[in-house]
Amino acid sequence: MMKAADLDAIRAIITRAKRWDLIFSVLGILSLMLGILTFVVLFIDMAIQGVPRLSYDFFTSFPSRRAENAGILSAWVGTILVMLVTALSAVPLGVAAGVYLEEYAPKNWMTDIIEINISNLAGIPSIVYGLLALGLFVYYFGFGQSILTAGLTLALLILPVIIVATREAIRAIPQSIHEGSYACGATTWQTVSDHILPYSSAGILTGVIIGMARAIGETAPIITIGALTFIAFLPTPPFAGDPPAGMFDWIFAPFTVMPIQMFNWTSRPEAAFTLNAAAAGFVLVFMTLAMNGLAIYLRYQLRKNIKW
Amino acid sequence: MKSMKIAAVVAGVFAATAVHAQALIKIDGSSTVFPVTEAVAEDFQKAKKGSVRVTVGISGTGGGFKKFCRGEIDISDASRPILAKEMEECAKAGIKYVELPVAFDALTVVVNPKNTWIKQLTVAELKMMWEPGAQGKITKWNQINPAWPDAPLKLFGPGADSGTFDYFTEAINGKAKSSRGDFTASEDDNVLVQGVSRDNNALGFFGFAYYDENKGKLKAVPIVNPKGKAVTPSIDAVMAGEYEPLARPIFIYVSAKSMDKPEVKEFVEFYLKEGGKLAKEVKYVPLGAADYKHALENFSKKKTGTAFGGVAEVGVKVADLLKRNPKE
Repeated sequence: MMKAADLDAIRAIITRAKRWDLIFSVLGILSLMLGILTFVVLFIDMAIQGVPRLSYDFFTSFPSRRAENAGILSAWVGTILVMLVTALSAVPLGVAAGVYLEEYAPKNWMTDIIEINISNLAGIPSIVYGLLALGLFVYYFGFGQSILTAGLTLALLILPVIIVATREAIRAIPQSIHEGSYACGATTWQTVSDHILPYSSAGILTGVIIGMARAIGETAPIITIGALTFIAFLPTPPFAGDPPAGMFDWIFAPFTVMPIQMFNWTSRPEAAFTLNAAAAGFVLVFMTLAMNGLAIYLRYQLRKNIKW
Repeated sequence: MKSMKIAAVVAGVFAATAVHAQALIKIDGSSTVFPVTEAVAEDFQKAKKGSVRVTVGISGTGGGFKKFCRGEIDISDASRPILAKEMEECAKAGIKYVELPVAFDALTVVVNPKNTWIKQLTVAELKMMWEPGAQGKITKWNQINPAWPDAPLKLFGPGADSGTFDYFTEAINGKAKSSRGDFTASEDDNVLVQGVSRDNNALGFFGFAYYDENKGKLKAVPIVNPKGKAVTPSIDAVMAGEYEPLARPIFIYVSAKSMDKPEVKEFVEFYLKEGGKLAKEVKYVPLGAADYKHALENFSKKKTGTAFGGVAEVGVKVADLLKRNPKE
């Protein structure tokens, strides 16, 4: 039988341990709140300023020197087109690279070096990609300050994110599925196309969206390649010109994007432009949220079909 | 289904504005000139019913000239005349150009509205505050004028990359870019507005448009001109030629090659005809009517080169500039 003194000592230890638990969870909640509250306050402030400016005209008007007439038509169309080029180039490249590294690449020092460098690439400041793109795409390849250049620049920027996400998603597939497929006599490509890609697509999609959400708000690399601030016309519509050459006129068109439009408006002397910037910021956040929402929905749909 | 609907809406927007291959005018350069050029571009495109496309970028005067001398753009916005080094680059690439003054900007020296002691400032007083030798030494108001309070002097100004900074230092300290370094610098003039409006002991300078929009938060300091008269910056004072030496002309440079394109020619003519009215609307100071006419003449005669010969000058009359024989 235990002595009362021992029990008291144990109780004291438990109380102390629980107190630590409490302290830590309070600390954790505070840290969480700091991040979330900052965003919420910023977002609400932006919404209060910007939402009254949102109207049909705001979305269908070009920028103007008069704040009340200015709109974001060229900016949101530009953003969507640039994102289209980014997605079309970064997703196939990134997924292919990820699959290769996981399924095909021999395990040797070369592969190790490549792997380390991909992680490093993810940490490079975006302005560096802008400078690279200025030299490579704008001048060397002669793409100029076009939608193509911007799309490819942002594609480079998010490529590491997509590669890493693809590899994580593939690794999450149970080893037994690999082995089962090979045991039935499937080739590597059959295994990849019938099992690996379908099962990892939900995870890959998450990575793609995280990457795209980063790209949509990027300003520095786009300014570096020389995106324009005043542009009161739209590119020729994609795939609508005379085929085959005319269909791709749009990728060489000059453009502007949402963050640049906002940046331009915040540096104006008239206070009314600040409201426009807030409204554009609200739309941009909403675009990002919509993209994330779409990702969650698609991921849910894809997961439903996985039977293991 | 949902995504198809969105695609249909996007396609609709495109289709509504779809037009045939159009003429394109590319402009880039100074952020100071941007509001004027933007206003002209906006109205020009409206006047042409969208048959000509105009793009206006902001890369700074220096960045604009770099693109201009590589032949990437048709028109360069400049808040200072082209420099000798840039002239060389253009000459190497075989780019000739016509220099056209389009408006004035009045550099405005501002203090906090609670500053009761300043009634006016002379160039000499400004120099005492801003010259390189003042760094770390002139830190209080009473060091400049004993009648002023024993309070810290807090200075705000644009960053060293801006043409505004170049012109101010040239006009006050006698040499472009020569200034004390210990002041609060920002490329964003709104930051300077905030800084001066929150500090009773602050003094700063920037373009007139930023003062005009923030009149309630700032006080403009009258500057004593070379004739000894203290002049408060205003559109009228600059037009009368009294706000010296801080009124500066701003320019556009038109590439001679682009002048052969009818749309560029038409745009520049539109600029010189409507520019004065539009400049006033965006709080810049128009040139005199005769000056615009003279500039238009120089343009039609294709008088290529710069009236400055690669050296910055302060306090030249635009009428005299336009009469000079430009150098290449």
